[in-house]
This record gives sequence, C-alpha cells and structure tokens, in this order.
Amino acid sequence: MARSVAIFVTCIVDQLFPKAGLAMVDVLERLGFEVEFRSAQTCCAQPAFNSGYQDEARAVALHFIDTFADAETIVVPSGSCTSMITHHYADLFAGDSKTMERVNALTPRVFEFSQFLLGQPNLDSLAARFPHKVTYHDSCHALRELGLKDAPRRLLGLVKDLELVEMEAAEECCGFGGTFSVKFAQISGAMARTKVDSILQTGASHVVSLDSSCLMQLRGALSRGGHKVETLHLAEVLASRG
Amino acid sequence: MSAPDSAIRQTLADANLQLAIYSNTGRFKDNRVKAVAPDQLPEYQDLRTRAAAIKRHTLAFLDVYLLQLENAVNDNGGKVIWASTGEEAAEFIVKLAKDRQANLIVKSKSMTSEEIQLNERLAHNELEAVETDLGEYILQLAGQRPFHIVAPAIHMTRHDVADIFTEKLGVAHDTVIENQAMTARRVLREKFLTAGIGITGANFLLADSGAVVIVENEGNARLTHSAPKIHIAIAGIEKLIPRTRDLAVFLDLLGRSASGQTLTSYTSIVTGPRRKGELDGPEEFYLVLLDAGRTKLLADPDQRESLQCIRCGACLNACPVYRKIGGHNYPWVYSGPIGKVITPALQGKENNAWLPFASSLCGACGEVCPVKIDIPGLLIKLRKELVRSDPADRSAFRVWAWLMRRPVMYGLAGRIGRTLLRRMPLGFNFGPLAAWRSERDFPAAPSKSFRDCWKERKK
Repeated sequence: MARSVAIFVTCIVDQLFPKAGLAMVDVLERLGFEVEFRSAQTCCAQPAFNSGYQDEARAVALHFIDTFADAETIVVPSGSCTSMITHHYADLFAGDSKTMERVNALTPRVFEFSQFLLGQPNLDSLAARFPHKVTYHDSCHALRELGLKDAPRRLLGLVKDLELVEMEAAEECCGFGGTFSVKFAQISGAMARTKVDSILQTGASHVVSLDSSCLMQLRGALSRGGHKVETLHLAEVLASRG
Repeated sequence: MSAPDSAIRQTLADANLQLAIYSNTGRFKDNRVKAVAPDQLPEYQDLRTRAAAIKRHTLAFLDVYLLQLENAVNDNGGKVIWASTGEEAAEFIVKLAKDRQANLIVKSKSMTSEEIQLNERLAHNELEAVETDLGEYILQLAGQRPFHIVAPAIHMTRHDVADIFTEKLGVAHDTVIENQAMTARRVLREKFLTAGIGITGANFLLADSGAVVIVENEGNARLTHSAPKIHIAIAGIEKLIPRTRDLAVFLDLLGRSASGQTLTSYTSIVTGPRRKGELDGPEEFYLVLLDAGRTKLLADPDQRESLQCIRCGACLNACPVYRKIGGHNYPWVYSGPIGKVITPALQGKENNAWLPFASSLCGACGEVCPVKIDIPGLLIKLRKELVRSDPADRSAFRVWAWLMRRPVMYGLAGRIGRTLLRRMPLGFNFGPLAAWRSERDFPAAPSKSFRDCWKERKK
C-alpha cells in the first residue's frame, strides 16, 4: 500500500503559483506516495503573525491545526510557511497549554518539501532532467530557521544535465518580507535589484528557490528589468523530465 | 512619525553612496564570517551561548552588580556619577570642567555620548569637545552624526574627506588616505597635550574590579584616558559584566563580530586614577553611569533582551535594509536592526512607529548577533504593540482572518481576485498592488488555483 502524505500548498501557491503545487504532487507520487489534499486548508497565519496581529494569527493557526490534526505527515512547498508552523506556533500559543499540546503533537509531522524529500530512500526514481544552468536562492526562513542549506542543493545535484552555479549573494534576502514589500516598496525593490544583479552575474537561465513568495519578488524584478531569467520552484525542477 | 521616504529615495538614488555602503559593510560582513568560521574559532557558538547567558544573568541582578561596581570604583580612588538623563550627565561634566577650568576636552568614540548629544551640550556651555577617533573627527568637522555604530564615516570616500579637510582645516586638497591621517594626527596631538579632560566611552564595565574596558584600533582612546589630568568615562548601565574573568568571552566575540579582527589593536583596562608611585595616568577619574530609559526597558519583559547588546555593529553589516538605506535615515544615533529595537524602547514607540515595520524579517541580524539577541522576534513583538493604533490595517486583517477560516469563501474570493486581475491586468492600480507595481511587475494570475486543478484531477 502506498504511504500517504497530506500536502499544505500554502495560499500563495494555491492562488498564484498552482504549477509549483502540482509539481510537488507529481514528485511525491513518483516517489510512491499517495497524496492527499485537504480542501479545508487555507493559510498558515504568517501574514498576521508577522504584522503583529496575534489574535487574528491565532484564529487562522487554529484553523490549520484543526485541518491537519490527524494527518500523519504534512509536506509544505515553502520554508517560510513551514517555519511559521514549526517555530512560531509555539510563540503564538505560549501560555495556552491545551493548544500547545496540539501544536507539539503536530509540528514534528510538518516538513518543508526538500527537507521531507531528502529523507526518502528512492530519490533515484525521480529521474529528473533539466538541461539548464541554474542558480539557487536561499530563502531566509528555510536557511536561517530551518537550516536548509544543503538539502535543496543536494536535490538539485540529482537532476540530470543541470548545472548549478552559486551566486555571490545567495544568502541575501530578496526583499519580499510580506507586507514589507508594499509598505516599504522602494527599499524592497532596491533589495530585489541587488539580488537580481547577483543572479545575472552567474549567467544562469533559471533561479530556483523553495519559496514562491521570494520567486514572485524576483520574477517581478527580473521582468521589470527586462531580463530573461526564469524563476522556478524546486519542485518544478525536480518534476521536469527535460 | 512615518518613514523619511524622500530622504530614503535620495539615498537609494545616489550610486556612489550605495556603492560605499554596500562594499564597506560587505567587507566587514565577509571578514566576520571568516573570523568566526569553525576553522578559526571552533567554539564560536559556545561563546555566543555563554555571552548571552552572562548578559542575561547580569541584567537579572543589575542592581546588585551596579552597587558592587560603585564600591570597586571608589576603592580604586574614582567616583561614580549616577545620571538618570543625558542632561544630568552633561550637567556634571560641565560643572566639573568649569570648576577645573578645563575648556578643552578630548573625546574618544562613544555612542553613549552621541546618544545624549554631549558635544552639543558642552558647546552650549562654551566648552570645546574634540573627537579624536579619525572617523568621528571627520564627522565632527562635517557636522554629521555617525553613519554606523562602529565605523562612523563608512559612507565617506577619501575625496569627501579631502574636501572637508580643505574647507575646515585650510589644508591643501589631498586625497591620499595616509596624508589625511597625518593631518588629523597633527591637529589632534596638540589637542591631547592641552586638553584638561578626556572623555571615553566604555565597552565593558567590570563589577568585581571597577575597571573600564575600552577597545579601539587607533590608540586615540588610550591617549584620551591617559594624557589629560581628568578621565571621565561615560557608559550605559547595561555595559556591566560581573567578573574580570568573563571579559575573555566578550573580547573573543567583539572584534570578530565587528570587523573580523581577532582582537582590536588596543584593549585598555582602566582602573581609575594614578596611584601613589605610578608614573602616569589621570589624577581624577569619574565614571558616569547613564540610565536614560534603560531601567524602564529593563522592566519590559518583552524587550529587555536588547540591553544585552555590546554594540559590535554586526547586525548593521548583515542587514539588507541598512545596506540600502544607510545610517542617516534612521531617526536616532543607533541605526540598523539594533536601532530599530532600541530606538522605540529608549526614545518612545509611537513617535518611531515605522521603524519595527521597516524589516523583511530575514533574520540575518539575529544570526550574527554575538549575544544572541532575537532581533526579528523583538520586532514582531513591537509590531504587536504598535498595530493597536492603526484601525484600518486592523480591520483588513480581521476580514482576512475571517476569510481564512472559511475555505469556500476563501476559494471564492481568490477566484474573483484572479478573474479581475486577468480581465484588467493593469487595473486596480491603487493600494498594495500599486505599491508593488511601483518597483516590480505583478505575476499574471492563473485561471485556476491549485484547488481548482486538484478537483479536476480527481474527476
């Protein structure tokens, strides 16, 4: 019997980048998983939490907890949303021991996509091929809160004909930062352009990341600058057969 | 008060300034990374943990250690001055200078003195205070405040310095850095030898020995506290560490975090005035301990962690926002991530309300902090307090939260939004969407969401 995983596709992937979600499903199925999508899912609550709206964040986080309480494994195509759940639900519900019990029971079963994948024994069966020059953007929360530096690179290393070129500013923030991107648009835009410069220096045709929010920022800045570099979620590269 | 948008725009548009900020902070940042790498300092993470623990402990028992420090300073023949405000601190210094007829004062670099605008206060009383750190000296001539906590003139090129020296000192225009340093040295030597008072800051205060620890690279601080007859050290009460033996932990971290130096060129441990039989050192020593909002901050369990700061400036160099907007667009002398936290704490939250929001929460500051201050976490906590006064924003998040608990409504709202975006790809150009588009393109909305695709897949 196929092992089952529940996916949390995140609101931004759901609404704006469904291809990334579909690619993740494709990859998981190729590895032999039965993928379950719970239609009650919406958002992890990070926008409210980061903006300082704790009550609103708690309400939405509780909705997430209710939705996934009995899921055995939850895979998320985002470092930021994963970290919100695994690191910051504890901040939200500190002092609420009843909910914390549920949080503690849930969080060990929540995995960021590349984190989850790296633990799989049959990665060869992916048979991914992507004959392009690629550079990787470390999204901040995946890197600094989840410690995912090697995992995505190792996964890219499994892809046939893919050439990975590191950019100098790989670990620098793209400037998205949720509401920061619109509240402080000019600073956010300047940060994105610095990142774009670093991407361009590599000569890569694609920039890959674990977070669609960063990719939306980079894609917007790349296209505004008239550059041809494309943005892809890691799942889309791993799902590619060239 | 809102963000200084037009000043920020100017900074962003100034290509030379952008290059100066980005490359100079970049150099510090890279040097730090190398200096704390496992092959250089394998115990780095342990040192951070230890430093944070010492600071937390000290803050928890600050009342006890401060009195211990005062006793030790007295035993050494010095005197502690308790200043609850900058005004009180300045008052003491003015009175002492008048009393000792010391009209010329030399100063080494001290952010605490910048914080209380000491130079301006002294000038109001016809006292001349001369900055002797090269960067600070340049800024004093230019009439600017520090751009960076440890590298105050990081934004200036040697051409800028040549202009300033020619204008203010009347020397020939010279863009050779060594010559500029020699010019400053010539002017400042004279000041050191004639000043009646030397004012320094303090990187650390040692409660057990009553010593003031000063780290620097130019030797000017050493001259400041040893040449004049009177040495005044000014420091915030949080600069305390309990024991001399704890100092090693912090010295291992400070230079490396600030500039990638294993140790700064000079480390002075000053224990008060000259004693009987000693050949040099000042005749009088005063330690001005400044509160200026710190005890209030200490009483705030959400924010007190920021008092752990040792002012290394690593968070500035790591911060992608600081590296764009530079130091002068922050409202107070403390810039960068730590400034975003301590400015609201010490100068008022409401009038600095924009600061905690001017962050992408990337976490680079927390990652490099040698005393493990969770700056992003503190920013979120500040936001939590500040959003209370923004009813429109609050309503928007209430609607959002309502929607996010109703999957069907959420799906419907998403569909409507995407349809509108598709029908009018450049429409709705107001609010957040306009702000987004002011800097970059917004992606084309897909006709189907993931959940729509999923439904079709399952059919």
